[in-house]
Amino acid sequence: MKNNIVLSGNNIVKTFGFGTNAVTAVNHVDFSFREKEIISIVGESGSGKTTLANIMLGLLKNKKGTINFMGEPRNLKGHSRRKAYWKKVQAIFQDPFSSFNQFSRVEKILIDCLKLRGLKLTPAHTIDKLKEACNFVNLKFEEMQNKYPFELSGGQRQRLMIARIAMLKPKILIADEPTSMIDACSRATILEMLLKLRDENNMTIVFITHDLGLAYYVSDTIYIMEKGNIVEKGPAQEIILHPKCEYTKRLLADVPKLHNEIVS
Amino acid sequence: MKTNIIILLKSPKFIIGLLIIMIITGFILSYPIINKASPIEMVGMSFEEPSSKHILGTDNFGADVLLKLAYGTRTSVYIGLLAGIFATILGLIIGLFSGYLGGIIDNILNSLTNIFIVIPPIIVLILISVSLEKRSTLIIAIIIGVTSWPWTARAIRAQTSSLRHRDHVNIAKISGYTTPKIILFEILPYIASYVFMAFIIQTAAGILSEAAISMLGLAPENSITLGLMLNWALAFDAINVEAWWAFLPPTAIITFLTLSLYLMNAGMDEIFNPKIRS
Amino acid sequence: MNKLLLNVSELTTYYKTRLNEKIYAVDRVTFALESGKIIGIAGESGCGKSTLALSLMGFYFPPLYYNSGSILINDIDIMKIKYASLRKLFLGKEIAYIPQSAMNALNPTKKIFKFIRDIMKGHDHKLPTSKIKDIAINRFRTLNLPERVLYSFPNELSGGMKQRVVIAISTILNPKILIADEPTSALDVSSQRIVLDLLKDLMNKNFVQSIIFITHELPILKSISTDIMIMYAGEIIEKGKVNDVIFDPIHPYSKALMGAIIVPEYGMKNQKLTAIQGTPPNLKNKLTGCRFAKRCKYVIPECTKTDIQDKYFKTRPYKCIFDYTKLKEINKYEK
Repeated sequence: MKNNIVLSGNNIVKTFGFGTNAVTAVNHVDFSFREKEIISIVGESGSGKTTLANIMLGLLKNKKGTINFMGEPRNLKGHSRRKAYWKKVQAIFQDPFSSFNQFSRVEKILIDCLKLRGLKLTPAHTIDKLKEACNFVNLKFEEMQNKYPFELSGGQRQRLMIARIAMLKPKILIADEPTSMIDACSRATILEMLLKLRDENNMTIVFITHDLGLAYYVSDTIYIMEKGNIVEKGPAQEIILHPKCEYTKRLLADVPKLHNEIVS
Repeated sequence: MKTNIIILLKSPKFIIGLLIIMIITGFILSYPIINKASPIEMVGMSFEEPSSKHILGTDNFGADVLLKLAYGTRTSVYIGLLAGIFATILGLIIGLFSGYLGGIIDNILNSLTNIFIVIPPIIVLILISVSLEKRSTLIIAIIIGVTSWPWTARAIRAQTSSLRHRDHVNIAKISGYTTPKIILFEILPYIASYVFMAFIIQTAAGILSEAAISMLGLAPENSITLGLMLNWALAFDAINVEAWWAFLPPTAIITFLTLSLYLMNAGMDEIFNPKIRS
Repeated sequence: MNKLLLNVSELTTYYKTRLNEKIYAVDRVTFALESGKIIGIAGESGCGKSTLALSLMGFYFPPLYYNSGSILINDIDIMKIKYASLRKLFLGKEIAYIPQSAMNALNPTKKIFKFIRDIMKGHDHKLPTSKIKDIAINRFRTLNLPERVLYSFPNELSGGMKQRVVIAISTILNPKILIADEPTSALDVSSQRIVLDLLKDLMNKNFVQSIIFITHELPILKSISTDIMIMYAGEIIEKGKVNDVIFDPIHPYSKALMGAIIVPEYGMKNQKLTAIQGTPPNLKNKLTGCRFAKRCKYVIPECTKTDIQDKYFKTRPYKCIFDYTKLKEINKYEK
């Protein structure tokens, strides 16, 4: 691994549709993420940020470009290779309500993680692991165990999603708008947990968000995305306090702030 | 689930449908036990009027109409159910794969479905039935099933393709589920109620199709069906001799069977389709 | 100069569950709204903000029920009049309500103009369509909304545009009070800004005289509202001018809320977010005393012994067992 780069992409292009109807969602994008780095990809809806996230995650195929994972070209041909990749690269999605299969108990989603990690555990040991993960996210396993997703609040569901990550301990976590559908208070809790996970497991976290404040607060590096293009990238301090690109400036101007000083 | 069943039992449409079905089932199960005679046995003159001995009179062969009705309904329901099962399974498999996999496979399966939709099934039914050397009830049921799956396939494809982009499907994918497992556990439960409703509709349609082709003289061999009863009644001019008991009862049973199945379906629709839930 | 538009006192409403339990989602809420004010209601999800907004309309349908209290508009208690006259005389004209995600509730088979026509005809069926068209075009022009939108179907519009259209439609009768429940939460930063500007524009042009704005994002309230009420577990626990509440919160809960704000501003990076541990109480159970006690850092045994009455610091009411100076002292000590 060169310079601790865990995931990088070169010239990534993704188009949807054919011929004249083709829409370029991701347009010649480069990225590279270091170990333990926190990155935010900021853009408005329709900027292609979720498409890019799904390409990183291996759920969508890029049309052009190469992706390197842990210093080697990424190969996702075949189910076993994909499974191995997803052991290392995981995700949290935006909508805590649709992230669960409403027909199965919430513990199933956690037990599946243990299976993915390939751990063969005794039932007692499994319960221990589940308890540990629930404790990490401040949920009581005994209360959660037999519940169905519709009995939980949005914040609780999203915390279970984090418990899932805590069990999987991936190298890279792609968090697609993890806090956009929950209130400000739960947001603080969830961010705190994610940061703790990062510190404990040397995890790289990629936040996909439209919230510049969140991007500034959590990340080391910010990528600003507009209509499929990365228009600006750099250290969080630089981007937020001294933006160079017009688009970034406009976005920053539109965010409601507490103090009315103009950021230059 | 439990609450759904309770709500279902409060729906008048569903209850009425269920009641009719239960009465008909009770009749076809119990009457042959009471009247142990063979349904093709001659018990009187042809077209005898209803009397205390033969409650619905006799048909052109002099057989007891009520007894024949019991056996005929039995075969018709059997064919309808089998056809419903075939159509639903075919439609389900094609719809699920088409909707879930997307891309080129979806295009191919979808065009196939559309081709089948534009061919009038009754013509295919007649052509296949005529060309067959042997027509057993099973074969007739399969033919009906094979010609009526496209609507199910189309509806299930639409539902599946909207489900496959849901986050829980993505979570299952990155949890290492294989495609069949995702379809089975992440997609199927969401459309199960819909599939069941489609099955009911297909069964009703199957009963009607059987009646139609049997009436045209293409009934399964060595059997009694409601359609066949109508066919004989027509052939022996029951209408002109005013022997209403030979053709009205089978017509009524067909009507009530399909009506009750549609009623049940409508009742369930109110429960499972949140858009029209009151 | 500031006219009293709405006077709510001791309003209590509840939800009835399937098991016939009563959940008091709005509990003895008292406040007044004057013209020219934009009151923001903030709090966690599940604290009763949306229920309060719904309750203010005086229009109840299961599972929400009215328990007690009064809502005075023009000195008339709208809880004491018939639904038919409430609908005819008040809803839309005096008070208008934009529910959460209203923009997704527009019937996709109707053109935007039809919604406006239906509303106006609903209140005055003799109004000719050509007149309505004039009014609609005029209003859209004044609010800088493109005229072509009137002839579009809802699904042809972007999210931000839909939300603006919804606001324009619901204020077409010039209601004195506009209640907007999370009108910006599903929108992008720039659409959010445009919607906020539209709301301010409505106030400036006197199409509405006051707004009740519900959100959990305090920076949004900072940029639009004049006053803030903080809600917790069905009660209003603090009320005050926007800057007072945001920069000098009194109640420990308000303080915790302010600690969870994230904005892209200098200094944010090194700040530590405060997350409130635990979950809001279950309102099925009868609660005595302070409802925040279980999660409060400063809790003392007396907190849950008797009901806490409103205290005042200058003109700012708050519900805490400690008084203002004591709370400030504890804070200083903590730092």
